[in-house]
Amino acid sequence: MPEPQSSQPRALGRLALIAGIIVAGSGAFAYTAGWFSPDRLTPTRLVNALAPPDGPVLGHRRNHAKGICFTGIFEANGNGSALSRAQAFSAGQYPVVGRFNLGTPNPDAADATVRVRGMGLQISTPDGAVWRAAMIDLPFFPVSTPTAFYHLLEASKSKDPDAMKTFIAANPEFSAFTDWAKSAPWTASYAEDPYNSLNAFVFTDGAGANHAVRWSLRPQAKVTPITDAELAKLGPNHLEDEIAARVAKEPQRWTMVLTVADPTDPTSDPSRMWPAGRRTVEAGTLVVQNIEAEADGPCRDVNFDPTILPDGIKVSDDPFPAARSAAYARSYDLRTAEAKYYPRTVEGDQP
Amino acid sequence: MSETGQHFTLLQRLLHWLMAASIVAMLFIGVGMLSTVMPKYIPLLSTHKTLGIAILVLALVRLAVRFIFGAPALPADLPTPMKLAAHLSHYALYALMIGMPLIGWAMMSAGDYPVVLYGDIRLPPILPQSDSLHTLLWNAHFYLAFAFFALVMLHLAAALFHALIRRDGVFEAMSGGRNPQSPAE
Repeated sequence: MPEPQSSQPRALGRLALIAGIIVAGSGAFAYTAGWFSPDRLTPTRLVNALAPPDGPVLGHRRNHAKGICFTGIFEANGNGSALSRAQAFSAGQYPVVGRFNLGTPNPDAADATVRVRGMGLQISTPDGAVWRAAMIDLPFFPVSTPTAFYHLLEASKSKDPDAMKTFIAANPEFSAFTDWAKSAPWTASYAEDPYNSLNAFVFTDGAGANHAVRWSLRPQAKVTPITDAELAKLGPNHLEDEIAARVAKEPQRWTMVLTVADPTDPTSDPSRMWPAGRRTVEAGTLVVQNIEAEADGPCRDVNFDPTILPDGIKVSDDPFPAARSAAYARSYDLRTAEAKYYPRTVEGDQP
Repeated sequence: MSETGQHFTLLQRLLHWLMAASIVAMLFIGVGMLSTVMPKYIPLLSTHKTLGIAILVLALVRLAVRFIFGAPALPADLPTPMKLAAHLSHYALYALMIGMPLIGWAMMSAGDYPVVLYGDIRLPPILPQSDSLHTLLWNAHFYLAFAFFALVMLHLAAALFHALIRRDGVFEAMSGGRNPQSPAE
C-alpha cells in the first residue's frame, strides 16, 4: 500500500481536527448531563432538599415517608366515560393498591405534627392500563412552580431568620397555605379526609375531545373535626391504628369527583383553585377493603408517580407532574437501593 | 461469512446510520432526562423507552443481516493491535446495542413500572418486582451508558482516523463513498 499522500503538518492538523470533534462531542454530552450547570434544578437536588437537617431516613420515601398500605376496588359507575376513554371509567370494578400517608420525610413523625396528609393510588384495568396518582388533603398546592417548591424547602431549612419572609414576599400565593394550615380542621382518621389531584390533567373522551380535569376523592365517612391538640392526645400513631381497626370493621369509601375546567381556568398553576360551580362528574367509588403495614405491604415498592396514566388521561401544561415524576423516580431509586435499612418482617418470625 | 466487496450492503449502511443517530440521541436523552425536573422530562422519558426498544429490534435485525452479508475485510496492512481493537470494540457495541435496552426494560420491570411506548404500546414485565434487581440493573444501565458513550466516541475517532489519516477505505465501506485507495475510474 502506498503511504498516504499527506505531509507531516497536514496529518497533525487532521489529528487535531479528530481530537477537536471528540472533545466537542464529549463536551456536549457533559453539558446535557448538567455537569457544567451546578444551578440546574435536578431531581437529585430537589430530593436532597426534602431531607431533614440530620439527613434522610434510609430505605423510606423521601417525602410522605410515614404511611400504611391498603387494597380494595374502584367501582366506576360509567359517568366518567363522558370525559375520558380510560377503561377505569367504564362501569365496572377494578382492583386498587394504595397508601395513606403523612407529608413528612420522617417515617416516625407523630401524627399531630404533620399538617398535610396524602393518598397514593393505583387503579389497574383489564386492558392492561395502570393509573397511578398521589393526592393530598389540601385543596390546592402551596406554590405555583416546582422551582418555588424547591425554594420553599430551602427557605424552611435556612438558618437565615428572614428566609421565610423573603420566600413569602417572592411567592405570595404561599399565604393561602399558611391560612389553611392555621384554620382548616384536623380529623382523627384517614377515612375522614378528602384527597385531591391538585394538578390538572387532560382527559380525552371516546370522540377524541379533550377536557382539563382535576379530581378529588371525597370521604363518605362522617367527618368529625378536631384540633391538633386532641389528635396529639390520641397518640403518635393513631391514624394507622385507627384506619386498620376501622377498615377491619367495614370497608371505607370515597366518591371520585371529576371537576372540569372552563376554558378560561388556569390549568398550569395548582396553587390556584378553579372557581366554585364548575361542572363536576361523579365517576365512581373507591372502596378500601384491607389495610396492611407498609414494611411487607403491597404499596411499599410502588412508585405512585402521577405521570403513570392510562390512555385517555395525559398531563396538562401544569409543570408539577413532570417534576414529581422525576423526583419520585430519584426517591424510588434511592430507597430501593437502601432496602436493607427498612427490613421486611421475616416470614419465619411468624408463629 | 460471504465474500464481500469494498462496501457494506446498502441495507447495512442504512441500518448503521439510522442506528448511529438513534443511539447518540438515546445517550443524550438519557443523561438529559436524569438532570431535569422540567416538563420535557415526560416526553424525554417516553422517547427514551420507545427509541430503546426500536434500537433493540434494529440491532437484532442488523445482527442477522451481518451474518448473511458479512463485512468487507479490514485492510491487510492494518496493524494487528488495531485489527484486534476494531473487532473487540464491535463486539462490545453489539453487546451494548442489544444489552442496554434489555437492561432498561428489565429495570423498569423490577421497579414495578408499566413499560408504555408511543402509541400506548404496552410491553409485559420481564422480571418480577425486586428491590435488589432494580438497584443492580439501575447501576448497570447508568454506568454502561457512559461506557457506551465512550465507545461511540472511540468508534467515531477511529472512523475519522481511517477517513482522514489512513485513508484506507474503511470509512468509505460504511459511508458508501469511493475508496481513496482504489484506482480512479
